[in-house]
Order: sequence, then structure tokens, then C-alpha cells
Amino acid sequence: MLLFMSPMVDGEVVDNGCSFEDWVRYDREMKDAGVWVSGHPLQDLTTCTTVQVGPGGERTITDGPFAETRELLGGYDVIDVPDLDAALEWAARSPGAIGTGSVQVRPIFEIDVQV
Amino acid sequence: MPGEEVAVGSSVEAVFREERGRLLASLVRRFGDLDLAEEVASEAIEAALTHWPTDGVPSRPGAWLLTTARRRAVDRLRRDRVLATRLAVLRAEAERADHAPPADADRDLPDDRLALFFTCAHPALAAQDRGALTLRFLAGLTTAEVARAFLVPTATMAQRLVRAKRKIRDARIPFRVPGPDELPGRLPTVLQAVYSVFTEGYAASSGPDLQRIDLAEEAIRLGRILRRLLPAEREVAGLLGLMLLVHARRDARTGPDGTMILLDDQDRGRWDRQMIEEGCGLVVVSLTGRAPGPYGLQAAIAALHDEAADVASTDWPQVVALYDVLLGLVPSPIVALNRAAAVAMRDGPEAGLALLDGLADDPRLRGHHPYPAARADLLRRLGRYDEAAAAYRSALTLVGTEPERAYLLEQLKTVTGE
Repeated sequence: MLLFMSPMVDGEVVDNGCSFEDWVRYDREMKDAGVWVSGHPLQDLTTCTTVQVGPGGERTITDGPFAETRELLGGYDVIDVPDLDAALEWAARSPGAIGTGSVQVRPIFEIDVQV
Repeated sequence: MPGEEVAVGSSVEAVFREERGRLLASLVRRFGDLDLAEEVASEAIEAALTHWPTDGVPSRPGAWLLTTARRRAVDRLRRDRVLATRLAVLRAEAERADHAPPADADRDLPDDRLALFFTCAHPALAAQDRGALTLRFLAGLTTAEVARAFLVPTATMAQRLVRAKRKIRDARIPFRVPGPDELPGRLPTVLQAVYSVFTEGYAASSGPDLQRIDLAEEAIRLGRILRRLLPAEREVAGLLGLMLLVHARRDARTGPDGTMILLDDQDRGRWDRQMIEEGCGLVVVSLTGRAPGPYGLQAAIAALHDEAADVASTDWPQVVALYDVLLGLVPSPIVALNRAAAVAMRDGPEAGLALLDGLADDPRLRGHHPYPAARADLLRRLGRYDEAAAAYRSALTLVGTEPERAYLLEQLKTVTGE
């Protein structure tokens, strides 16, 4: 999974200079290469709500992420590639990796359910 | 016959030592898992110890070991369905079709070590773990030996190796040799991993001894393997040349009681001429063609030192010129520090000191004892003894090994007149 991280300053996402068209092109490249499995861009931070469940089952619902958050998950793509180098290549080609942005590459945890 | 048993035992050991890296590399290539590779490699050795005394040593012991280990691996994968699906079920199925009995194995062990070098030095691994993995899997050191090499407790090293192996497996760090377009980007991490082993051997970061000959020799052995596997890469030649040219001075670097002897005061008759000759040949290779790389340049500097009859006749202008090029490639304060020392030899201590003082604010030199030690040396040569004493004292607070501490204390005495 490629996680597109945007740095934040004072609650505002720093623009890394890539355009909407850059993302559309990247999306098409992944689909054309047959590696794209799923993914979504996320709405901006003002729409974020955080849920926590306490020891007694009580729910605490707060607006936004925590104040100390320095990076925001901007979206993700799940891709199917043979190894880390291939994943890193796709991560590096994404508009999310340029400028102030960064891309985290995380393997999906595969749960093998024996039936 | 007892005599025969000994012969078989020692030949197994010799085969294992020589072939272990290749065996592991081959197994990792097939199964993608370092733990599994290690376990079945050990089992194959055990099987050899059982069978060879009665059946005789096979004509191709390496191939025998590989076939046996592969079968063990396939058995394990079949038993462990989860593992099999996660790892290499297809490759495992292909292995099962391979029915050649171990004794008939006629293929030589393929040399997959280059791919293993790149796996162990993958940039996705923590820089400090790359040298450790290289020692563990390519040099064949035990975890305890690797821990000793990097001066950490065995338990700590075991944890680090477990974490690194898990990352290789679970993040699917590929086991492959980078293509020609990727090689220039990836090779430096491999060279750095080998060189970090060497520098730990050449100048231990702490402890009772100045140098660790065994470690330096292991790094040179790894360098030779790399040179064989990548004969066209000039920086590989440069690294091996550098290690040989520096290691050639090993016997002259310490006195009989383990005290440190600086380059200026070494008995050059005790330098290893054969090693210097081989190193100089590699320098020529590494500098021929396009612009040289950092290892080739450092090797060339080492060669100028090694070829000089004494300090005075060293070609200091040439040494400084090489440092200028090196500093352009590697703008590190350590390179600048070494360049300043060479300038001091060419133009006098005052010129060197001016350069050193220009580096005073670099945070990367803070805590690096050679910096105050070099300043102290130049101040002493200028007769500014009080300042020299202060610089020796700050170097003493930072120094790691006992011989270096003893050397600095001795120098401190010469300027304080005690």
C-alpha cells in the first residue's frame, strides 16, 4: 500500500506543487500497467473526525486529528507488485513524492484463514 | 579409521567455510527467506557429517550440500502451508520436480552471492544493519562474532538481525542484482557495507585494541569476492585497492606493546610490499577511464603514502590535489579535515591550522576526536603549547580506544613539559 503523506504547518497542508492532472495521469499509469488494486484520495483535514473507545466502552468523538500531527494522510493506493523495489518505483513516480510530500510503502498484512 | 574421520571432518569444515556464502545465496534466491536458508544450510551440513564418513565425500560437495538443503527447504514448506503460500509455493513446486539425487548432483553451485550482497545492503534497511547482515550472511560470522565486530551485546545484535531479516522477508526486499541503469545508485550501499566492516577493523571505535586484523581481513575477502563478481566496476577495484593499501601498514601501526604509531613514525620496511603492489595495480584500474569515484581517489591517496620512502618525500601537492577532487565528490567535514592535514604538510602548519579553524563550527565534527587531535598536533608544531594542551585534553574526552588515549596522553606530556 502506498500512503501519500502531506506535511502540515499550523493545521494547514503544505502544497507540494503537483496538480490534479498529475494525479490523474499517475492513476492512469498504474491502471495501464495492471498493478492498481484499489485506492482513494481523501477529503481535506477540515472534514476529519477522530473516534476513540475508552476502557469502559465509552466513545470519545473529537474534531480533526490531534494537534501534534505533523503529517496528514492524503490518500492511498493499493498496488499488486512482486517486490519492494517495484513498489518503491511506483511510489517514486507518484506526484505525492515530490516537493514537501512523501510516500510511505507498507506491505499488506496477509491473513491466511484456514477453512 | 580415525585418520579418515579427521580428514572428512576437516574437509566438511573447509567446504562449509568456503561454500557457505554461496550456499546461502543460492537458497535465499530460491526461497526468499534468510532464516529458512540458514536453517536448511545447517541441516545439510549435519547430513554431510553423517553421510560423508560412510559414503565418502562427493565429487562436488557444494552441489551436494545445495541439493540436500533444497530438499529440506521443500519439506518444510510443504509442512507449513502458511509459510508456503507466503513464500514461494510456485518455486517450491518446481523444486519438488527436481528429482536428482544428492550424490548425482552434477551442477556446480551457482554464484548468487552478488544478489545477496545487494539484498543485505538494500537502502530500505537501516544503515547500521547493512554491515551486520553482510558479515552474518556473506562472511559467515556467527551472531556473537558480528556483535563483537560492532561492539554491541550479542542479544542486541540478535534482535537487530531478526528485525532486518523480517524486513527483508515481509517487505519483500528483492533478492536480485540491480540492472545496469540502477547499479550506480545501488552499488555504493554495498561498498559502504563492506567498507564499514573494514574501518571497524582498521580503527576500532572503542575497546582495548587499535585494530582488529580479523575483521579487516574479512572485509578484504568480501572485497575480493565483489571484485570477481563485478570486474568492470572501477569503484569496486578502488575499494579493494584502498583496503589493501591501508591494511599493508597493519604491522607497522602498533608497537610491540600495542601502542599506536602514526604514519609519520612508522617503520616503512614493515609495510606489506606485495599488498601495496596489488593495491597500486587496482588504483590504476580504478582511475582509468571516466572521472574517478571516491574509493578510487582514496585508494590513490593511500598509494601515494605507501609508495613514498618517507614522510618528507611524499608527494604532498598530489595528495592535496586528490583531496580537492574528493572533497568535490564527497563534501564531508572528515574529508576536509584530512585535506587540511595534507595542506599542513605541503604549506606548513599555519596554513593547515587556518583550514581546521574554518571547520570549527561544523556540528558533524563535534564529538569526533581526530579533529581536536589534528589541531593539537599543528599547534604543537607551531610551538603554541598551551593551546595544544587544551586541544589534546578535549581530544582525550572523546577518544574511544586505549592505544589512542595513551598516544594523546603522551603527546600532552610533551607540550606541558611534565
